[in-house]
Formats: sequence, structure tokens, C-alpha cells
Amino acid sequence: MAVVFDRPKALCDVPMHYCPGCTHGIIHRLVAEVIDEMGIEGDTIGVCPVGCSVMAYDYFGCDMIEAPHGRAPAVATGAKRAKPDSFVFTYQGDGDLAAIGTAETVHVATRGENIVVIFVNNTTYGMTGGQMAPTTLPGQITQTTPFGRDTSVQGFPIRVCEMLSTLDGTALAQRVSVDTVPHIREAKKAIRKGFENQKEKRGFSIIEVLSTCPTNWGMSPVEALDRLRAEMMPYYPLGVYKDTSVKEEK
Amino acid sequence: MERSLMKGNEALAEAALRAGCKCFFGYPITPQTEISAYLAKKMAKAGGLFLQAESEVAAINMVLGASGTGTRVMTSSSSPGISLKSEGISYIAGSDLPCVIINVQRGGPGLGGIQPSQADYWQATKGLGHGDFHVIVYAPASVQEMVDMVINAFDKADEYRMPAMILADGLLGQMMEPVTFPEIKQKNSEKTWAADGHKNKRKHNIINSLYLQPDVLENSVVERYKRYDTIQENETDAENYLCEDADIVLCAFGATARVAKSAVNQAREKGIKAGLFRPKTLWPFPVNEINEAVKNAKTVLTVEMSMGQMIDDVKLAINCSKPVEFFGRTGGIIPTPTEILAEIEKLGGAK
Amino acid sequence: MAKITVNFERCKGCGLCATSCPKKIVALQKEKRNPKGYFTAICTDDSACIGCAMCAMMCPDCAIVVEK
Repeated sequence: MAVVFDRPKALCDVPMHYCPGCTHGIIHRLVAEVIDEMGIEGDTIGVCPVGCSVMAYDYFGCDMIEAPHGRAPAVATGAKRAKPDSFVFTYQGDGDLAAIGTAETVHVATRGENIVVIFVNNTTYGMTGGQMAPTTLPGQITQTTPFGRDTSVQGFPIRVCEMLSTLDGTALAQRVSVDTVPHIREAKKAIRKGFENQKEKRGFSIIEVLSTCPTNWGMSPVEALDRLRAEMMPYYPLGVYKDTSVKEEK
Repeated sequence: MERSLMKGNEALAEAALRAGCKCFFGYPITPQTEISAYLAKKMAKAGGLFLQAESEVAAINMVLGASGTGTRVMTSSSSPGISLKSEGISYIAGSDLPCVIINVQRGGPGLGGIQPSQADYWQATKGLGHGDFHVIVYAPASVQEMVDMVINAFDKADEYRMPAMILADGLLGQMMEPVTFPEIKQKNSEKTWAADGHKNKRKHNIINSLYLQPDVLENSVVERYKRYDTIQENETDAENYLCEDADIVLCAFGATARVAKSAVNQAREKGIKAGLFRPKTLWPFPVNEINEAVKNAKTVLTVEMSMGQMIDDVKLAINCSKPVEFFGRTGGIIPTPTEILAEIEKLGGAK
Repeated sequence: MAKITVNFERCKGCGLCATSCPKKIVALQKEKRNPKGYFTAICTDDSACIGCAMCAMMCPDCAIVVEK
């Protein structure tokens, strides 16, 4: 018998600190698999956010830089502009990317910065214990919306892919999910496309991954995936919002 | 050696280019704008990268990213902008990354004004962000020193793996003087710590300032402070003008020191034994040098373009062994030699 | 012939693998907790495993190796 599935080389062989059933681990693995398949680990620089994935620098085998909260796109810009031949990606959560780092996110996209942003949307601030995120759904109960998010008070969630797809610098804006094996396969394809865009210097790529937070949602990992499908997907529809590589091929 | 007449900000920018600065990230703010404008024009031709960021916050984090790859990088701003950069500066210091930061100071607090000021002394030397850390702070007093100090700042930042700041002001940035660009010996410091892609030849490098274990964090800070001790021993610099026999020693830095020097000369003409001590490094503060300068003085008069900030370090440095008086103007007003002379005379010339 | 090997130390007992197995032969055992205190995943019928790796793809901790 031969090994048909094992840890990708670009994912360090260490235990990850994530809670049981948290889908961060799946998304990490997909990024590492793409890096392996393209053979680019030695030329890749990853940028971690502040949030649950703050310690992702211990998990990816490539060189890593830890950014201040929300500033990963700016840090990635600095790294990419200094080393234009390297592959640069950020890995960010919703609070990091769509609240404190909104300006950096919008401008890295509109500059058409040749980087890949992996955006993990789980509708909450996980690391600090489950507060309202910019992506928290209307009515969703969090530590800071104990009676549910009231849109007349806290406003509405941000749909990041839709927003960034309006910018000329964006080459790829795609929302994927990791709730089922077919969706995982699709997510990996999208991440691969992001890194290919970087290689072809097409511009900015964002892959938004719908993710779960069983701990702060107060659910089992399996129930959390059910909630992702039932509540998140209708508000955050999966799909390709912009893909300039398609036009190029025609 | 070529000699040219240049504006302080432009001379500084040219010196940065010659010192091998490969990336510049900035955001417009008066009165430092000529630095960005100069580099926008010249950087690409020199094989480097100029990028205008969406904010000072983004600019300093671009500096973090570029420096993390081992690239010589600089940013410049003025007082309110430096406040915005302070978060990033703390991370850069905590990640042991070198970079050069320019502050062409203007009046504050808040939006303040756009005229020269030295009211960021405390910020630069003591409060440039959260946590235990320092940056090396140089205080130029001429266009020539803008050049010399920025070149030195790049080398020292690399040597000690920490940010270095040029604390200038609107006066130095805007004035024109003859300047000579020195021959630069490019130091080939290999940055084995850089996150620039491991090429499958080494273990991955991590640029980071997060240490969740208190003892590990403490050790990392203590290690940094050992480096700071070395810097305090080796990197202080100051100018001593007519201090030897002075009854009253003025203490001033930057543009103010030029005015103070005129006041000292005028006092001497009147038979008052005045001298001037000018720190060229503000952190580390030249403690031994100032003690040497004031050893025969009866009084010390600190002159600043602020309500009195460096005066704290002067008192500490000499252990309050002499009376330390203060004269300052703030809000963008430059003190005149006449005003300072009057202050010297008020103090009786320390007779 | 196919088999899965679950890393006893790394498995966090989340059960996502079990939901994805088309043969319904991956489950959490109830006898022995790992050092972190989790009941880990096992294959309940080695002979029925087809080596599709769907359990491993769903595993957030890369705790499953699949051979075929």
C-alpha cells in the first residue's frame, strides 16, 4: 500500500492550537498543499494576522512575518515590493480584515498588489472570546450583542468579496467554504488560482473562506457546519465575484 | 567631494538614496513633504521603490514588511503622523527590525500647526509606542548633519537591529545650506534573520513580536536592553562649544542650538562667560559628555522649542548637581538670540 | 486494500471525519482518552475502507494518513 493522503510538506509537523473542529486547520492545509504543488515554499513569505491564527507562523514552513492587527495587507505590500519575485500571502480573520484593517484591505486591492489574501470569515472574534465581528449576521448573539445583532444599532455585516470585486485592482474575488469535501476541493482550486494570479502578475486575489467557530458559537463542530450552511451561506453566497483570468483566456 | 546647495529635506532624501535605502513608504504631511517628493522622482531611477501609502499606519507597516525581508527601508512624517506610526514602531522594535524613521517636527498637540517645534522630544526618546523599548534618536542642527546622520542611522539600525530616528524640525527641513555628500562605504551586513524566502536551504525565519510565555517575553526584552547598554556606551554624540570656562552652559539641540549659539556669542561679547552643550544623540542621551561640559558651570539653561522636555534628561544626567533653568517658545515660534540673551542676563550670567 | 491511520496524540475528537465518510466506518471511540483528554477517531471496519481520503480531507488537524 502507498500513502495517498498525508500532511503537506509546507505545513509544519506540529500540533495546532485551534479548538476541536475549528476549520482553520483545513484552510491552513489547503494553502500548504497549493504551496507544495507549485513547489514555491522556498520563495513564499506568509503574513499572519492578529486573531486566532496569530500563531500561524509556527505552522507554515515558509518564511513568516507577524503583522499588527489589521495591518497584514500593508506588511505584505512592504514584503512584496521589496521582494517582487517572491510569493506573498496574508492569512486574516474577519475582525482583522474587515474592521480594524478595512483601509489596508481596500487599498491593497485597489493598488492591484500582487498578493493573495486568505480571508477566514467565521462571523465572530474568536481569539478574544466571541464578540461581534463586522461579518456577524443580523440577529446573531455574541458576547457584545447579547440580544442579537440589531442592525438599527450595530449596522449591517460587510460582504467583503462583493465590495472588493468593484475595484479595478482586484483580479480574483471568490467566496468558498470548507464544510464538505466537494467544497474543500473547490476552495483549494480557488487558492491555487490566487497563487497562479500572483505568478502571472494579474493583481490582487482574495479568497474568502466561510469558516466555523464551534467554541464561541456554543455548538458542536458538526452543528457548527450545519449553521454555516443554514445561516451563513444565504447571507454570504458562495461563488466567483470577479476573475480577470477568465477574460484573459477568451 | 561634491558640494551643493540644498534644502534640508531634499538633502536628507538624497543621502538616504546614497546610503542604499531601497524602499520608501510615506504619506503626505507638512513640513516633510519634500522628502517624499524627492524620492518619488529619484527612487525608481536608483533601482529602488517609492510608494505612497493610504495612511501613516499603513506606511509604517509596509516598512515592517520590507524590513522583514532584510531590505533597507525608510519612512518620514511629521509629528501627528509619527503618533499614528507609533503602533508599528513598537512592533518593529519588538521584532528586532532595522529601519530609519524621519520626524520633521511641527507644533502640537493635536493638529497643532505647521511651523517648527521640538515638542516631540518625549515621544521620540521615551514614548514612541507601547512596551519597553528604545529607538536611536539623532538630532541634526544643519543640512549637513541631516545628511551625515541619516547615513549613520541606516548603519546603526542594521548593526543593532532596531529603528533609528532623525528628529528634525520644520526649520531644518525647509532651510537651504551648502552640503557635501561623503563617500559611502557600503557595509555588507548579511541579514541571516530575514524572511525573504528560505529557498529550501534553511529552516523558516519568523519575524515576530509575540511571546505568550512571560519568561520568554522577559528574556527577549532583557536581551534587547543589553544591546541598549552597548549603545549607551558607544553611540552618544554631542557638541561642546565654549563650555570649558563657562559660568552658564546653555543646553539645546537641533535648530534651537543654532540660535542658542548666537546668544552665547553675543553674551561673550558682553563679557558673560557662556557656553553651549548640544546633544547630537537624544537617545542615548550624552550623559558623560554633559557632565564634562557643565563641570565648571554655576548654572545650566536649557533652551527648547517646547514647554520643556529635554530639561528632564538634563537634570537626570547631571543628577541635579547644578540649578537647571529653562527658556522655551512653543507653538511654532522660534526663540530669538535676543530673547535667549535676555534670559542669560536675567540669570545674572550666572555670576 | 486501504486503511487510515489516526494520529492518537493529534486527534481532537471533533468528529468531522465521521460525517464525511461515505462508508460510515469512521467514528469516535469511547474507551481511551488521548493525553489532551479527547476520545479519538478510529476506523470501525478496516476491510470496508476504500481509501477515498474524505475523512482526512475534512480533518482540521492533519491527524489522518491514508494508504491504498
